[in-house]
Amino acid sequence: MGVTLTKAAQWTSSGTGKLELTPMNESLLKEVLRSVEQLFSRHPQESEHVFEEPLQWSTTLVASDFKTDYDISEFNVQSNEKDSEGQPLLRLSPPTVYVRSFSQLSKLLHLAADKKLEEARTCLEENRDALVKILGPRFADILEREDTQTDPVDEDTSEDSEVKVKLFRLLQNMDQQLLSKLLEEISEHVRLDPAAANSDVESLKQFCRGGDGRLLKSVRYTSDYEFSNGCRAPPWRQVHGEICYLITEPCDTEDLHITCSTGGVYLNAGIKQEGAESGYERTSDTYTDLPTLLKSRSPYFAEHINKQMPKKDSTSKTQSKSVQMEDQGQPQRSQAGKKKYEPSPRWSNQGLVPPCGKVEENNPGREKSGKKKQATGAKGKLKAEFSLSSLPGRMTPQKSKTLAGAMELSSDSSTEDEDEEELSERRLQIQIEQSPDYWLIYKLVKFLKRGDQTATVLCLCAMLDLNLMQEGCQLDIWDIGGVEVLLNLLDSDEVKCQIGSLKVLRKISHSMLICQTILDMDGLQSIVKILDRPYKDLKALAAETIANVARFRKARTTVRRCGGIEKLVKLLDCLPTLANMSPNQEKDVEVAHCGVLALWSCSKCNRNKEAIRVAGGIPLLGRLLRSPDVNMLIPVVGTLQECASEECYRIAIKNEDMIKDLVQNLSSDNNELQMHCASAIFKCAEDKETSDLVRKYNGLEPLVLLLGKAEDKKLLAAATGAIWKCSICMKNVAKFQEHKALESLISLLTDQPIDVLINVVGAIGEFAKVAANRGIIRKCKGINPLINLLTETNQALLVNVTKTVGACAIDRDNMAVISQLDGVRFVWSLLKNSSTEVQSSAAWALCPCIENAKDAGEIVRSLVGGLELIVNLLKSTNIEVLASICAAISKIAKNKENLAVLTDHEVVPLLAKLTNTTDERLCLHLAEAIGHCCMWEGNKASFGEAGVVAPLVDYLKSNNSAVHYHTTMALYQLSKDPNNCITMNEKGVVKPLILIMGSDDEKLQEAAAGCVRNIRLQALAGKIPPPKKISIGTAKRCGKGL
Amino acid sequence: MAHISLLKRKAIHALAETLSKQVEHFNETEVEALIGLYHETLGESAAQGGAVTGLDRNRFRMLLYHMFGMTDDMIMAGVFRTFDKDNDKFVNEKEWVKGLSVFLRGTLDERIKYCFNVYDLNNDGYLSKEKMFNFLKDSLLGQPSEEDPDEGVKELVEMTLKKMDHDHDGRLSFDDFKKAVKEENLLLEAFGTCLPDTTSIEKFEHQVFQKQGKP
Repeated sequence: MGVTLTKAAQWTSSGTGKLELTPMNESLLKEVLRSVEQLFSRHPQESEHVFEEPLQWSTTLVASDFKTDYDISEFNVQSNEKDSEGQPLLRLSPPTVYVRSFSQLSKLLHLAADKKLEEARTCLEENRDALVKILGPRFADILEREDTQTDPVDEDTSEDSEVKVKLFRLLQNMDQQLLSKLLEEISEHVRLDPAAANSDVESLKQFCRGGDGRLLKSVRYTSDYEFSNGCRAPPWRQVHGEICYLITEPCDTEDLHITCSTGGVYLNAGIKQEGAESGYERTSDTYTDLPTLLKSRSPYFAEHINKQMPKKDSTSKTQSKSVQMEDQGQPQRSQAGKKKYEPSPRWSNQGLVPPCGKVEENNPGREKSGKKKQATGAKGKLKAEFSLSSLPGRMTPQKSKTLAGAMELSSDSSTEDEDEEELSERRLQIQIEQSPDYWLIYKLVKFLKRGDQTATVLCLCAMLDLNLMQEGCQLDIWDIGGVEVLLNLLDSDEVKCQIGSLKVLRKISHSMLICQTILDMDGLQSIVKILDRPYKDLKALAAETIANVARFRKARTTVRRCGGIEKLVKLLDCLPTLANMSPNQEKDVEVAHCGVLALWSCSKCNRNKEAIRVAGGIPLLGRLLRSPDVNMLIPVVGTLQECASEECYRIAIKNEDMIKDLVQNLSSDNNELQMHCASAIFKCAEDKETSDLVRKYNGLEPLVLLLGKAEDKKLLAAATGAIWKCSICMKNVAKFQEHKALESLISLLTDQPIDVLINVVGAIGEFAKVAANRGIIRKCKGINPLINLLTETNQALLVNVTKTVGACAIDRDNMAVISQLDGVRFVWSLLKNSSTEVQSSAAWALCPCIENAKDAGEIVRSLVGGLELIVNLLKSTNIEVLASICAAISKIAKNKENLAVLTDHEVVPLLAKLTNTTDERLCLHLAEAIGHCCMWEGNKASFGEAGVVAPLVDYLKSNNSAVHYHTTMALYQLSKDPNNCITMNEKGVVKPLILIMGSDDEKLQEAAAGCVRNIRLQALAGKIPPPKKISIGTAKRCGKGL
Repeated sequence: MAHISLLKRKAIHALAETLSKQVEHFNETEVEALIGLYHETLGESAAQGGAVTGLDRNRFRMLLYHMFGMTDDMIMAGVFRTFDKDNDKFVNEKEWVKGLSVFLRGTLDERIKYCFNVYDLNNDGYLSKEKMFNFLKDSLLGQPSEEDPDEGVKELVEMTLKKMDHDHDGRLSFDDFKKAVKEENLLLEAFGTCLPDTTSIEKFEHQVFQKQGKP
């Protein structure tokens, strides 16, 4: 259920967490309902399991809907069914309902009758983390990980865990069933297929030619990967029917990010990199085809397309007619689907291959549409012509380009088998006409099977003459069963056969499909075994092959499991810095090079990093790092930077003096090497000593120089990252400024990829901690682009941007610019961001903004709903958010009118609720906020009534002087209310206050004394019993002193 | 080596001294050990009487078989021919030491020349299709279903020729062969194993040179 809900369900883009009203969601909901009901009927025991936390949502059901088995009192309802502690398993206090078991859930859904769907929808919407609530965080975590091998039982032996595990398994099954149902559903809805989409893109590309007369500047895919089914979208997006993503550059407007899906084409939020889910959201209407969308977005395109493409238009009209006919022939398509997405007439008809469908369904589909073409006669002819011309090379080898790329991602998904079947069937179909070398390869493999050593070597040599890097050739070998034969040769004892086989394998293993096959046939074990042989050539080849195969997780794990890491590490033992090497020593270096390449591939997995360390790899890598050879250095530094994600590696890099070499290689003339070095420093330099070392070895200047290489974005991202982390140390900032780093950084604030921006902004934020630099930022016009970045969506970026804007706002002149650009509003609106990190970072940034803006009060008031928003964030559960919001509230409260609004929004009880915290940082800002909020007349008493006084007095026990300061200030304010004085006195506030009076800070002295005075006044008025003599006496003395 | 007289031992020593200067890969002691082995092998037949001018083909073959596990008649004949530089059907001491120098420790160039000579049955400087066919004819396990069992071998020969025949004259000259092997070392023993593998070299050297160490 977890995967389905997070990945497959179509959540609305607004971020409010509603499920979109799409037909797919509807069927998904129906499936969920069915599953829940089934669970209840088939697994009664498991469905009795009491949830860790209740599922709660606002129901439309009322008390009267409930019948027997329920205890109904007026509006409230409780189930008769109770848990072991006597708590009811279902509780309704309108409009919220709390449900704590599947049986109750299913009963409730039964009661809801035809409102069932609605209930399920709200339930899911309001319980996005339903699994956590049902099973507790740990189990849900396992389920989400999609890792079926993990067995939770061995970690948990308590009694109810058995039921839990069963339930967990049931839910897992349910998840899988849901996904497969969805897939079926999608396959039925297919309108547009990858081949047609590709051909459309091809024809659009035609428009990009022709110099000034062109209709578009460029059209390109976001990904070069083409999956076996022709889609370029990642598999979890293919579930939504998405085929590929395009970036189109029209002549007259900004770039259009377009999603082609089976339902049509639409604009997305800008997919820049895989993984950023937000980019996939639909931001426009759905159009039937690419030209239509472009016409609506680019007037220039619309105007000229008709001139250039009159013929094509008429064709597509004819087609749409025939499509309608076809539509009538398929009544099973859901009505809702039709309303929402208009199918593309051109594409739907060519929609031969559903993106994720099964092979068996493909073939009849293909035939069917073929027949239809004939049947429609003249129209069909037109159509056929069109599809021929618009589908250039449909059956050419190019079609299956990077076919194997699919394996990487599908290797961990459940559709793997299906993909494989599909692959092989497709291969068989296309094979014969495809590869000129097919029969040669066939013959060679046949000879390999029955040849003796001499013949085998000859065949392998002949094979090496083929273009083994070409995909067609790789697939031919795979298809004929060559991989198995080659792997068998590895198990023979003949060195020459092993060498020949590995020479072939190291090349064909560039294909993911082959890698997968090697893994499946346990070939990695054989290859790893060869690392033990005493022949250096053999070792080098084996390591090189491992480097290629270990490109995906399972392979990497296998290498480790069969002891490969240890053996690879052993290969590293050589003397790379020797001036005059003997041929033998040169061989050693070559073997080490291959070994590092393999380790580099393997190091992308955390356990392997650990294994490399355990095998003693770090000092060996350190030694290789001194090699003068760039080809050696790239994989070495690549491995190191990959491993630098682990603490122990960072320490080793520091202690083994590798920083020196890394810094040295920053000045290499090889971009890739520079990139890896910079990125290693990026990962390590958060550590103070390390970043001092970078300065010591003069690494800061080359880093700044790297900023000049703006064309290599990966390098730029690494370099800016290194600068960012190094600039955490103020000494480094000063050094950086000698080379005008800040100016260069500011120039990188626009037109850069997200990775670069995050680091650049992070670095500027660190620089801005120095007053002089804040002025430079303004003078170099850095504030404007910074404010623009506040509207980005990447959360890591937003955290840095808000931090930096906050740091800039400390300068009053900067603040003037910020308010002019409406920066406060942008920062404020980020409080609504879903990430708590962004929220707190934005709140922190607001503090200096409000403090330094000229008419801060006015600005804050002008933000409609802003104060309510900020007060509501006091309900957050995140300490950092709470602390930052308290800090912001204390700044806001300095303005009387705004304080009044805050008070209206119930700031007092919300703050009071937080006073039980033990977090020092929160205590500090909470006390500050309370102190400032007391300035509104009634609040002093309300705070007292809400019980804040007692905990505040306890804060004085803290060792933190800042906490003392703000607490004393708050207490002083609170003491102006007589009742509070009584409580304070009861809590024994006087003694610590007297100590505080001894402080050097006059303000603090004054506040403490004032507070004591107020208490004393109450005492004099007889409201409180006379305090002990000593303390009063001391207070008097101190009071006089003032 | 008790049956070898002192006198003879002295003669061996003197010969070793001369030969070691002519042979690249062995030192004097090693040469002496090799000559010792030579005489040892020869000694058995000397005891049987008859004129002895050197190792004949049969004895040489037995040695190859026992020491290096070689079995292929054609290859062994080729190896003998290559050792027997003066073509007198006997391998003398000098030929023996020189031959082993390449056989055990030859450089790539030396070994290329050696292998080519082994394969060049009639010493005409070319490897024709027929020669290749002869060497490869048993290299594919027959399949009963096949009509012409030699068909596969012929194809194999064609393929090899295509790969190695750089001047396209339908046969391999030494230059063709050398070039192909330089490109792909695996082709050195393209038509059959005629060099010992590392393990048997180590075994042989250990056996022969260690023996010398303990007089």
